[in-house]
Amino acid sequence: MLSAAHQGRSALLIAPTGGGKTLAGFLPSLTSLASEPRAGLHTLYISPLKALAVDIHRNLLAPIEEMGLAITCETRSGDTPQSKRQRQRRTPPNILLTTPESLALLLSYHDAAEIFGSLDCVVLDELHALAGSKRGDQLALCLSRLQAINPAVRRVGLSATVHDPDELQAWVSPNGDAEDKRVMRIDGKGGAEPEIEILATREYLPWSGHMALHALGEVYERLAQQAGSGGTTLIFVNTRAQAELVFQELWRLNEENLAIALHHGSLAAEQRRKVEAAMARGDLRAVVATSSLDLGIDWGAIDLVIQIGAPKGVSRLLQRIGRANHRLDAPSKALLVPGNRFEVLECRAAVEGVRRHDLDGDPPKPGGLDVLAQHIWGMACAAPLDADALYGEVIRAAPYRALSRADFDAVLDFVATGGYALKSYDRFQRLRQGPDGLWRLTNARHAQRYRMNAGTIVEQPLMKVRLHRGKVLGEIEEYFVQGLQPGDSFIFAGQLLRFLGIRETFAEVARGGEGEPKVPAYAGGRLPLSTYLADRVRAILQDPSSWSDLPPSVQEWLKIQRWRSLLPDREGLLVETFPRSDKEFLVAYSFEGRNAHQTLGMLLTKRMERFGLSPLGFVATDYVIAVWSLKPAKDLDALFDQDMLGDDLEEWMADSSMLRRTFRNVGVIAGLIERKAPGQEKSGRQLTVSSDLIYDVLRKYQPDHVLLRATWADAAGGLTDIRRLSDMLARIKGKIRHRRLDKISPLAVPVLLEIGREQVYGSALDELLDEGVQSLIEEATQGSDQAGLPL
Amino acid sequence: MQSTVISLNGVSLRLLSSGALYWAERKLLAVADLHLEKASSFARRGQLLPPYDSRATLERLLKVLGGLEVEQVICLGDSFHDRQAAERIDAQSRACLAALTKDYDWIWIAGNHDPDPLGRQEGGTGFGTGRGTGGGRGRDWGGRVLEDCAIGPLVFRHEAEPQFGSGEISGHFHPKAALRVRGRRMSCRAFLEDGARLILPAFGSLAGGLDALDPAFAPLFKKGFRAHLLGRDRIASLPSSSLS
Repeated sequence: MLSAAHQGRSALLIAPTGGGKTLAGFLPSLTSLASEPRAGLHTLYISPLKALAVDIHRNLLAPIEEMGLAITCETRSGDTPQSKRQRQRRTPPNILLTTPESLALLLSYHDAAEIFGSLDCVVLDELHALAGSKRGDQLALCLSRLQAINPAVRRVGLSATVHDPDELQAWVSPNGDAEDKRVMRIDGKGGAEPEIEILATREYLPWSGHMALHALGEVYERLAQQAGSGGTTLIFVNTRAQAELVFQELWRLNEENLAIALHHGSLAAEQRRKVEAAMARGDLRAVVATSSLDLGIDWGAIDLVIQIGAPKGVSRLLQRIGRANHRLDAPSKALLVPGNRFEVLECRAAVEGVRRHDLDGDPPKPGGLDVLAQHIWGMACAAPLDADALYGEVIRAAPYRALSRADFDAVLDFVATGGYALKSYDRFQRLRQGPDGLWRLTNARHAQRYRMNAGTIVEQPLMKVRLHRGKVLGEIEEYFVQGLQPGDSFIFAGQLLRFLGIRETFAEVARGGEGEPKVPAYAGGRLPLSTYLADRVRAILQDPSSWSDLPPSVQEWLKIQRWRSLLPDREGLLVETFPRSDKEFLVAYSFEGRNAHQTLGMLLTKRMERFGLSPLGFVATDYVIAVWSLKPAKDLDALFDQDMLGDDLEEWMADSSMLRRTFRNVGVIAGLIERKAPGQEKSGRQLTVSSDLIYDVLRKYQPDHVLLRATWADAAGGLTDIRRLSDMLARIKGKIRHRRLDKISPLAVPVLLEIGREQVYGSALDELLDEGVQSLIEEATQGSDQAGLPL
Repeated sequence: MQSTVISLNGVSLRLLSSGALYWAERKLLAVADLHLEKASSFARRGQLLPPYDSRATLERLLKVLGGLEVEQVICLGDSFHDRQAAERIDAQSRACLAALTKDYDWIWIAGNHDPDPLGRQEGGTGFGTGRGTGGGRGRDWGGRVLEDCAIGPLVFRHEAEPQFGSGEISGHFHPKAALRVRGRRMSCRAFLEDGARLILPAFGSLAGGLDALDPAFAPLFKKGFRAHLLGRDRIASLPSSSLS
């Protein structure tokens, strides 16, 4: 690290969690500032989490104060008071710790060149968590700008062990070049091999569900055992809903009254801080957490990590396990608790992957055009903009290396004029090109609007949950609240709550409640399984000789599947159909990975619609695809015929709710759709326009608009794996084994629990409307019949 | 395209799945809340929404008119999103409006967004020139402007009056209604009526909606109402007690 600094070279340090790599990243800066104290910004530290920046700040201040160094060190985020932020721009600290969003905002001010002119080094922490995301795209563009302001800036990337280190090397390179020889790569020594155990439950292992409630008695025993010797357990779950349920259940079991806390991203910030502080003091014996605690905040000593539900990926599992014991020489201890039998297979596959050091990861995606639009807008806020220079800068950012000039110009045109073929907005341009060739903002309020809307994290519309005339507990998705009737009970923030109603912009609740509580399902809470793990699971399933060391209940599950239906085979395709709760289900065990299954689901539903089966929706996992419809599918050969790919895939996809959601996100990031300002909801409906309506109009009149292209590119990342799909359709031709069952089969259970919010638009909408009316009529007529009975 | 026939103050009316109302006996078509040039109204403030909403709305209106025998058209107010809409509307939509108002007996009811749809207070002639633009950018389309309009036993106005008796047809609220089918809440644009009063859904392509269970509707329908939900080609009629 120090030698890289002496040579002025950028460096990438890859080390497992617990290697003390963050401090290593700062060492050269501290040394340099200690020997040559100076004013102005020297080192910029970027972390994906505000909390992480705060944590590192604390860890840096200790040595600086102990050694009595004259080094100033501050954090900056949306929480920093306005006066302090202004002062930071006038007199920046030597070391500034911040997030990609705050950096983008700083770069949009006219004094950015002065603030960053003296910059020597940028430290990029937890780089693996940012690369490949839209936040990462934004950060890469900002780094290019920093490099343009001061070409001598060094980058120091810090990352956990990853599948493809070259991709991160491109990030650290000033040219976005993965083969940049000037970047020094340092591979940290791996620690002791972790000790991972899969819980072989004494209880009956369920066929379905992800909550692992059956095993929580045993989980409690383990954490109580740790607590007995003063130890602390970190319990990871995959969704916020799961966190709520597991937390409830552990407290029900908590006879010893151990300090068990809950931590997830929907809780009020104040509540999260309390938990974090208690954890740092060592007051807690266990914390139930989602990925909100995945990243490297230092929690002090954690003795055991328990993963409830399947780990979903080898890299993720390693990251979570690494939270136990931040010491390299001692092995981390982890316990995996599968929620159902499928997850047993998945856990076993993941443990195998960890032992072999086979990490999973997706290939890098090109940077989003929506993020580029936001960046161009921000750069125009900072200073008049030279298109040629900015293009040159943008293609030095790793995710945008392959960006064509035509695409860049289309995005610039979008920012300036909206990019519409109908040139009716001349008067309303946001940027105008002057006689000197530079683009300037036409009005200062466009800079204010940029700052109101900057950032690449787009939330679902949220609603605050407030105790009746009391404090705010956190936020949940608005659509969940809309589904509640006053009097309904639901679980949130670890409590059972009764819904009172919507008051202004709050969901008002009271403590307590009766009846079966609902659990909020959170959008985006579900992690995709890596295709690498899916492959390993497939191998286990297809090789009965490998079952012998599986838990007896899992062996039994597979045997019952073989008896009730069939086991998926290597060459053909097993398809099951069965009725369930007034719908008809079709489950295909194609094992082609989630991306291919998404596309297959779209094509299948489209074809089923044409066959008059009225499909209602589908859900894809890495293993299977399930489609449900009003009428049962019979001719499977016709349904899975290869010519399916020739159907008008695009037109159908364009109408899907998935594309609509993607468009909304793209529109918000690119600045077409504005974020709601606080309190704006009250001032009337004319202030916002539904993104659905905008999408429909734009798709009809300008289907090649740059934002629709960006939407497709985004969706394609999660959708298309057409080649893999077409290979499969060719392979299974004439080899489809269809089993018509009278009820759900053992293997089908897990996928039906994955049913999310993917929705079919089309004739099914009309049929459902009819049906809703019909069932209400029936209800009404039945009621009158009964009233006529002499009871 | 499906339609539903209702009786309002003794008059038989057809509710079309497009959101328009047809009174066959009088060869009269009514539409509410076109909100023409809503997108450019946002663009004026810096949010550059696609400038195609007027075109989309007028094309849908032309399609409805093409399938029916119509002599008179009533636009129930908020036909234009704001007072300067006429300065911004593109030539194609402008020509379309001019042709429509020439072909039909066209009535603009004044709304809160467009109290002056022909710009008479500014230009005085119905051909007023827009502010800050060149000549010929005014309202070169025709039609009559009325505050409200009584025809037989029916009254057409922009916003319903709670104390009004029977036979009132209005817009303004952009009603939507939601229905729960198989655990899924489906929300659609909707006509609301109770036999005495009818509220039309917004016809404009970028016009949003207000849920039928919003308290704003309570004083207008004291004894409940029927909602006629607009599917893709279908209308579903439900009592207000069945909505969710």
